[in-house]
Amino acid sequence: MTPDLTRITAFLAGDVQADRLVPPTGFTARLTVFVAAAMAFLTVFALALSLATGRLADRWSDELARASTLRISAPMDQREAQTTAALRVLETTPGVASARALSDEEQRALLEPWFGPDLPVESLPIPQLIEVIEDETGYDAAGLRLRLSAEVPGAVLDDHTRWRRPLVMAADRLRLLGWLSIALIGAATAAMITLAAQAALAANAQVIAVLRLVGARDAYIAQAFVRRFTLRALGGAAAGTVLGMIAVLVLPSAQAEAGFLTGLGFQGWHWIWPLVIPPLGAAVAFAATRHAAQRTLRELS
Amino acid sequence: MSYGGGELLSDISLTLSPGSFHFLTGPSGAGKTTFLKLCYGALLPTAGHVRMFGADVRDMSRDDVALARRRIGVVHQDVQFLDHLPVADNVALPLIVSGRDRTDESENLSELLNWVGLSKRAGALPAELSGGERQRAALARAVIMSPEVILADEPTGNIDWEMSQRLLQLLVELNRMGKTIMIATHDMNLIRAAKSQVQARVLRISQRRLHTAGADL
Repeated sequence: MTPDLTRITAFLAGDVQADRLVPPTGFTARLTVFVAAAMAFLTVFALALSLATGRLADRWSDELARASTLRISAPMDQREAQTTAALRVLETTPGVASARALSDEEQRALLEPWFGPDLPVESLPIPQLIEVIEDETGYDAAGLRLRLSAEVPGAVLDDHTRWRRPLVMAADRLRLLGWLSIALIGAATAAMITLAAQAALAANAQVIAVLRLVGARDAYIAQAFVRRFTLRALGGAAAGTVLGMIAVLVLPSAQAEAGFLTGLGFQGWHWIWPLVIPPLGAAVAFAATRHAAQRTLRELS
Repeated sequence: MSYGGGELLSDISLTLSPGSFHFLTGPSGAGKTTFLKLCYGALLPTAGHVRMFGADVRDMSRDDVALARRRIGVVHQDVQFLDHLPVADNVALPLIVSGRDRTDESENLSELLNWVGLSKRAGALPAELSGGERQRAALARAVIMSPEVILADEPTGNIDWEMSQRLLQLLVELNRMGKTIMIATHDMNLIRAAKSQVQARVLRISQRRLHTAGADL
């Protein structure tokens, strides 16, 4: 079904005469706007959470899946030889794109957070690390371990799966929870707007009866209510979204220090996503009110 | 037609011919209102057939019924209006809901309000009207679409005799313009007053049946 633009614009422009037929109701109107705004505000955060954890999961699985570490723990005099042997093994292993022994400077940088900058790496019996980068297909970790144990006795392969998997799973689960929250918020919005619409329809039973008596079609009567609730939801959701986006924008960013938390926000074109919320809220209100109105009208003569 | 478990109207067969003038009478609770509601599709018969302009109401969609109602003007004893809109808008309501432009019909509207004697009350809210004014406003609303049929349910039930006469006068005038009129009433004086001006048939509901009353009224 292609949306009929002329019908949508006509719906938005509305019929001034038709709008006056339903008496204005101040209190429920404000409640609907408030609900839409609050729900949109929450949706912005749920969306930010989903997108942030999505990015996190992608980054972890992407960067970590492709990299693994080979640790060579050997006496100082054998370290050099074993490293060379290990690199030779890795070069001939299918699925390994590149393998590179970390330089002393890099190893020192890795240890710096724990031991400070003045660590004499050269004179300490710390293991040599080899960074292994997989290609698209990946390598057979078990087979590689077997070969290494034969040729490089001091080598320990850490393919990161052990600690990567739960992290990625946690991030994925969080992302799922985020989307689930958005779905729940949408459903709750629909439920609340249905209640509000039903209250409005019940309060205006006489109006509906009169309109029906003078020959108004159901669609016409429903539209008077649907349009009102849709516009209220649109306005409320727009306000809530703007507030939510501002709130996300002013979240203090502490990029390097906090890792996950600072990721909570929108990056680049993701800022477009929250803009989808107001029309979506309006669509939910439209469907909910229409359904409620049609059901109510069917029961009348 | 049964209602609330018991059969209310049965063995009724009647065709309203265009341009006719009918009174519908009978004791309270006999089913006058029910009969009228059947006539404009507000109720469906439990047995038998009701046809509006040749179409069986059972086969009509809700929209069909709505469209048929634009050709039927209905006046109730306790008329309901949109209480937040002034009289002029309430009278013009059928035009608004049928999507006609009110501004095109403003001349018609003021003429009609003049005819029912409500020109000066056009800006008043329904709640500010007297009983007679309400009935006349209801009649104006019922006829603004120039319907072919006008159904009135106890239109004079709440108003004094003088006002009843005036309302009857309006209905008689409409009948002379070719409209089919059906008035449910138990006011015999009203029927007698009408008979002197118009060829009116009297239908009487009793014992769940519809009788054509004698000419002795």
